[in-house]
Amino acid sequence: MLNFSELTRSFHYDFLMDALHFPEWLAVTTECVFIGIILLLLYSLLALFYIWFERKVCAAFQCRLGPNRVGPWGLLQSVADMFKILIKELISLKYVDKFLFALAPYLVILASMLAFAVLPWGNGLQIIDFNIGIFFLIAVSSIGVLGILLAGWSSNNKFTLIGALRSGAQMVSYELSIGLSVLTMVLFAGTLEVGGIIEAQKDVWFIFSGHIPAIIAFVIYLIAGTAETNRGPFDLPEAESELTAGYHTEYSGIHFGFFYLAEYLNLFIVAGVATLLFFGGWMPLQIPGWEAFNNIMWYIPTPIWFIAKAIVISFIIIWFKWTFPRLRIDQLLSLEWKYLLPINLFNLVLMALVVVFKWHF
Amino acid sequence: MITLSIIQNTTLVVVAALTGIGLVALALWLAGLISPKSFNPQKGEPYECGIPTRGESMAQFKVGYYLFAILFLMFDVETVFLFPWAVRVRELNAAGLGIESLVCIAVFFTILVLGLVYAWRKGALEWK
Repeated sequence: MLNFSELTRSFHYDFLMDALHFPEWLAVTTECVFIGIILLLLYSLLALFYIWFERKVCAAFQCRLGPNRVGPWGLLQSVADMFKILIKELISLKYVDKFLFALAPYLVILASMLAFAVLPWGNGLQIIDFNIGIFFLIAVSSIGVLGILLAGWSSNNKFTLIGALRSGAQMVSYELSIGLSVLTMVLFAGTLEVGGIIEAQKDVWFIFSGHIPAIIAFVIYLIAGTAETNRGPFDLPEAESELTAGYHTEYSGIHFGFFYLAEYLNLFIVAGVATLLFFGGWMPLQIPGWEAFNNIMWYIPTPIWFIAKAIVISFIIIWFKWTFPRLRIDQLLSLEWKYLLPINLFNLVLMALVVVFKWHF
Repeated sequence: MITLSIIQNTTLVVVAALTGIGLVALALWLAGLISPKSFNPQKGEPYECGIPTRGESMAQFKVGYYLFAILFLMFDVETVFLFPWAVRVRELNAAGLGIESLVCIAVFFTILVLGLVYAWRKGALEWK
């Protein structure tokens, strides 16, 4: 079992301080710069991968091949797209609120980057590890709504205004469901710390040990997470047939690219949080009693477990998108407020009973 | 497992935030270097499917959005109040106070549910 925190500790003490004779402050600064670079690379690589993945999956659902010319299996297609979007002109518009218009992409990226940094990648591989980790994650990911509202408002365009309002109503409504299903699992885990939640799933993942309430919470989380990322059947903020491109109609070039990037990263974050809460984060699959099996499972590196689980869950979310037709705004809001919210509240009570009377495994 | 201190964690939050800002700034700078620039008064117009914009862009919108935002505020704050209880349930149960904690939170929870029922009966959840 490889613990990556040993690696970072040895990087700090053995390499930077002993081998290179850095003073403490310089060593810490170097590490911070390294963390920043790693975050930046991971963030952009994952976004590029996800854009390619979505296109491939979409093609498979529609009996097409998808991108297959640039690089092996079209893997470099999204890199080429990135360069294409970089060389597009950034049009300066006459009537926009310049400051807010420029600020909006920063907020959207900031929200997803902060949430991204909380995800546990492997044993000891986690950047921000607050004792209120999961709460922090919910808090920072809701900054994204602000960015989207600002983008739509500052563009001074009818399409963007309606798109932003729809998006705001949708995202705040479904944030409630996300919050409540996370709350249900926090109740079960008894801690808000990301490391602690994973540690509690060492023997059995929460989806198995929490049985009925955990499964209900997972389904609700998946639906709310899809809505939260403005994807799939809930993509009416950018319903192209009525609102052109919704809140980012007026953005051009790389400015538009940021919203696109954040959307795909949010897909990964939603899948990552689902992994962390229900499928044991980076914990390998453990079946109580099967000693040999459990030992073999530990030989697969923990980051591979995390990424594989997250990709499987995001595959399900992409599957939604290519299966269900788009909802209307009234259907969307009544789904949340009349179905998901009462079910969620009931589920919370159920989970409390399960914990108090020890009906879990 | 290394537990990080609050200062270390806050530093890391700042690092992540700066990375996010840096990503946007870097990409914008790069795009500014290599993207073409051409000037045309038509380009600055708001997008409206090819026709000139008519009337105010800041059109009136449905009050329903506002209503849902208010409802969200209420439920979100109540969810935040539930978090401290949720974290402690296991410990309270181990100390033999599980049932008591359930009864106590049931009072709070009932008020929350009554709020939802009230909003529902008032028709605040209808999209009219």
